Amino acid sequence: MLAPLPVTGTQVIRVVKAMRRDRRAQWGPVVLGVAGVVAFLVTWQLYAEFGPVSDEFLPYPAQVIGQFFANFALTSFWAAIGATLWAWLLGLVISSVAGLVVGVLIGSSRFLRRATFTVLEFLRPIPSVALIPIAALAFGPQLEAELLIIVYGCFFVVLIQTLYGVADVDKIAYETTLTMRMTWLQRARHLVFPTLLPYFMTGVRLSATIALILGISAELIIGTDGLGQSVAQAQLNGAPVAMYALIVTAGALGIVINLAARAAERKVLFWHESIRAEVPA
Amino acid sequence: MTILKNLGYWLGLPIVLIVVWYLATLGDVSIFVPRPLPLWEKFVSVWLGDNILSDVVPSLGRLLLALAISTVLGVALGVVIGSFRAARWFSEPMLEFLRAIPSTIMIPVLLLVIGLNDTMRTTVIVLGCLWPVLLNTITGVRSLDEVLSNTAKVYGVRGWNRVWHLVLPGASPAIMAGVRQSLAVGLILMVVSEMFASANGIGTLITNFQNRVAVPEMWSGVLLLGVVGVLLSAIFALVQKGVLKWYDGLKAAADDN
Amino acid sequence: MTIDTNGSGRMGGDVRLHVENLSKIYRGRAGAVEAVRSLTFDLHQGEFACLVGPSGSGKTTLLKMISGLLEPTGGIVALDGKRVQGPAEGLAVVFQEYGRSLFPWMTVEANVELPLKTAGLPKAERRARVLDALNAVSLGHAMTSYPWQLSGGMQQRVAIARAVASRPTVLLMDEPFAAVDAQTRGELEDLVRKVWREHDMTILFITHDIDESVYLGSRVLVLSSSPTIIQDDIAIDLPDERDQVGTRSMTRFAELRALVYEEVQFAKTNAGGAREDRAA
Ligand SMILES: Nc1ncnc2c1ncn2[C@@H]1O[C@H](COP(=O)(O)OP(=O)(O)OP(=O)(O)O)[C@@H](O)[C@H]1O
Ligand SMILES: [Mg+2]
Repeated sequence: MLAPLPVTGTQVIRVVKAMRRDRRAQWGPVVLGVAGVVAFLVTWQLYAEFGPVSDEFLPYPAQVIGQFFANFALTSFWAAIGATLWAWLLGLVISSVAGLVVGVLIGSSRFLRRATFTVLEFLRPIPSVALIPIAALAFGPQLEAELLIIVYGCFFVVLIQTLYGVADVDKIAYETTLTMRMTWLQRARHLVFPTLLPYFMTGVRLSATIALILGISAELIIGTDGLGQSVAQAQLNGAPVAMYALIVTAGALGIVINLAARAAERKVLFWHESIRAEVPA
Repeated sequence: MTILKNLGYWLGLPIVLIVVWYLATLGDVSIFVPRPLPLWEKFVSVWLGDNILSDVVPSLGRLLLALAISTVLGVALGVVIGSFRAARWFSEPMLEFLRAIPSTIMIPVLLLVIGLNDTMRTTVIVLGCLWPVLLNTITGVRSLDEVLSNTAKVYGVRGWNRVWHLVLPGASPAIMAGVRQSLAVGLILMVVSEMFASANGIGTLITNFQNRVAVPEMWSGVLLLGVVGVLLSAIFALVQKGVLKWYDGLKAAADDN
Repeated sequence: MTIDTNGSGRMGGDVRLHVENLSKIYRGRAGAVEAVRSLTFDLHQGEFACLVGPSGSGKTTLLKMISGLLEPTGGIVALDGKRVQGPAEGLAVVFQEYGRSLFPWMTVEANVELPLKTAGLPKAERRARVLDALNAVSLGHAMTSYPWQLSGGMQQRVAIARAVASRPTVLLMDEPFAAVDAQTRGELEDLVRKVWREHDMTILFITHDIDESVYLGSRVLVLSSSPTIIQDDIAIDLPDERDQVGTRSMTRFAELRALVYEEVQFAKTNAGGAREDRAA
């Protein structure tokens, strides 16, 4: 038999407080999050109105948001987005495949791992945007120029993550597969691939973001078709509203890419006990 | 013996590659393909002369200043946002959007709002480098060990003491990971900002060479940026080794068990 | 409510720690867990009380409520007649996860010194106390080491030194020796008793080891399984002078041990509210 709980006034107050806390935990993120966005817009509005920057250079949020939606009716807008995304996708696929293949090759041999160390450590930090002028001269404002920049930047990110992944293959598990007389292919399929996958996916996710930055940088400077080029154009034309609207678009695109990359990672790794922390590359 | 072997590993492949590269470019090749000897000559004549003071130093100065600003700003904001649930709820959606904007696209805007000057070029770098530091700091602060945090509470470690003795050191591995990421981002933004809005700097110089179709000079710029990148990582590794001495020891001790 | 400061305890001293009708219900997404139903007991000045109970019976929960880290669902905790609202002064805690409770970026010395520093003690006094405490746990030589350079037993001694250096009136210890080997454990037990007698502290020592509870304490509190109540409160009338071999081979020790054992066995199958049925 359960003894009845003694109930005092303070206890009732506590319970009510706890219930309030529950509700706060439920609605807090939504209410405060909206408040955060509103605060940002209000600050922008006030700054545009009273700040030192002339209206010409800093339009009001309402104008920009209006333009952002008005753009949806324009074919040229969708063409720019399409061009940016196409270069992004191609660059991401090429660098992921190349990074994976080269990474597995180098990673599976101790000799190669040590021998390539210096070369990788030197090539990796070169910011791929340094190649922009050369790409511009060699290819002109073409897709190839943009691809070169994206692939050079992302290749190393995927490669390094893949190397970490191969290095992480458990030694004891590896020896176990040897005693089980697994063939090379079986070992790759049952041991190396599952260990590698989370690292590789991290590499791809990081690259997805980097590819967008690099692609837009190339468009901005070389003038290949895409959002970056449209922004540069809007700046030259003295059309700040259009420019800001395009930047909002780029942000939205960035969010979509982030979410998609995270979702893809989760989907591929659903079996994995935890999505690994990324290795600082 | 081991030293010799290591030397072989470090220098072997680079030497082989350079020799192969040299031999392969002896004959006629496209003007865009760099050759080792002219590249090295240009590297010395272009970057180790007057340009060091007029372009390389200003570039690196802006980069370092921006890295310092974004680290301080990112850590300060990150500690506040990471420590208070309300601050997190308030800022999360807006941060999620702002950080998704590819930072180079902000260059034309900053050009309008700030003008063509060093402040603008530094701001571009800060806008890009802030995010890795900020996000990592938030994660680091949020994942502080619960037992450690309870210990601090019980022993009356509050307020600034708590930030100084518990939060900052506890989050320092995450913070350093963030700074490390921002080095790479910073280098990209330094170059792009100088290419887009030129006055002086490494990026500007490379763009000038592009206009003169001076290909070996451009490659020498790429080489210089590689050297800068390697140096930055090396310096960072040193700093990290000092700051995270305890962390490396802790990890090594945990691995032994 | 009133807090009885005269007390009716067996030691006759002042009530240091007063726990009354304390309860805790964890509310999570998965529903509510009633971890502690109703606990009532007093700890008097200079008592060494051991708290035993099955795993999951809410021992750590109780400790967190006493130290002000966790808000109770109902009931009262009072320290020296003052109601506990948050971490109180004059209280020190040695946590179950000792390895994680030391600051890995500080040397042993800095770890012990930190509470004194934040309390604003002058430098000379701090140094003296740190030296004192570390010598008491025989770690004077390891002052400049980092915690992760020490063995588990040494780390636990640092945690004890840190607690002792802050000169608490009440010391709470949560299964502090659960993870050290038997040899070290015996040494640490004697160390805690020594510190207790020298510094005239009040100790609440949580353990699931019956032998340990009898050997260490002047009193053993047995918890029922969750939802938890105090199942029994046994006075340990062993002589104050204790040693690992002599005391443990006394007949009285064996009797007390059997008594506590029986209570714990009973506790495993019985949760809060069941005691009345058995009362005799
Ligand atoms: N944060 C929490 N949220 C929900 N339930 C919890 C939480 N912490 C503890 N519990 C539950 O409360 C009960 C008591 O847990 P507690 O950790 O206090 O036990 P314990 O006696 O210290 O056990 P042990 O001897 O294993 O350390 C358990 O059933 C546990 O699952
Ligand atoms: Mg416990």
